[in-house]
Amino acid sequence: MKTAVIVFPGSNCDRDLAVALEQTTGRKPAMVWHRESALPEGTALVAVPGGFSYGDYLRSGAMAARSPIMKAVVEAAGRGTAVLGVCNGFQILTEAGLLPGALMRNAGLSFVCRDVPLTIATSQSAFTSRYEADEALSIPVAHHDGNYFADDETLDRLEGEGRVAFRYAEDVNGSARDIAGIINEAGNVLGMMPHPERVIEAAHGRTDGRRLFEGLVAALA
Amino acid sequence: MAAAMKTRVTITLKNGVLDPQGKAIHHALEGLGFSGVNDVRAGKLIELDLDEGVSDRDIEAMCRKLLANTVIENFRIER
Repeated sequence: MKTAVIVFPGSNCDRDLAVALEQTTGRKPAMVWHRESALPEGTALVAVPGGFSYGDYLRSGAMAARSPIMKAVVEAAGRGTAVLGVCNGFQILTEAGLLPGALMRNAGLSFVCRDVPLTIATSQSAFTSRYEADEALSIPVAHHDGNYFADDETLDRLEGEGRVAFRYAEDVNGSARDIAGIINEAGNVLGMMPHPERVIEAAHGRTDGRRLFEGLVAALA
Repeated sequence: MAAAMKTRVTITLKNGVLDPQGKAIHHALEGLGFSGVNDVRAGKLIELDLDEGVSDRDIEAMCRKLLANTVIENFRIER
């Protein structure tokens, strides 16, 4: 299974994502620089990493969402290619219009960097099929702008259509309805603030994030 | 002669969108002893130095495509 990790100036979780993808797919992902205008042929999964792309100028993810490679990512998503956005990657996917809503400054104003308790809101997705619905997990977050906002109509739709993938089990950043991760309408794009790539092997202390990647391999390979 | 002109774009959070930065500023003002402040909303000011030929429509397109995130923000253009 061919995967790609997009690298922006200021990305800092691209390497961690690459390790997670290599461990679970058995193949090194292509590292694709933001100035590229096309993804490698046959890419089945695109991962948009965390970090501080373009120094978070204007709004987190705003500049990255308008970079040349994101045009190719949006087109690929439209054709059904799976896209995973983590942290800054989630912010970029909302700014690019692949996911609804926006990620605003944390309600408490502080940068939050710690393990947070999560629950699986749906196991009916390519991203969460290896988890049980309502399963409790602990995955680290590290963000300043993770406060998910969308209007009530959008939130009702996300919940009604089973498109909330992860919820915080406690208030972390003020997110509407404790949303930590959402899926697009077609089911092939996921954005989440917690970092599953940081908990994939025993040396990390836990492996709660590993099944996300394994589920994708099972669904896409 | 293409005269340059300054255009100001003011970006504010939509009503109903929580503004934690505004809230923090509000608390700080109260802490300094200023009374009578009912609410504080923080926004952004972007100054564009534009050629005369740039139309209002172009500027509005700039706002919609990049300068503002219309999911959460309003913008106002002053030429």
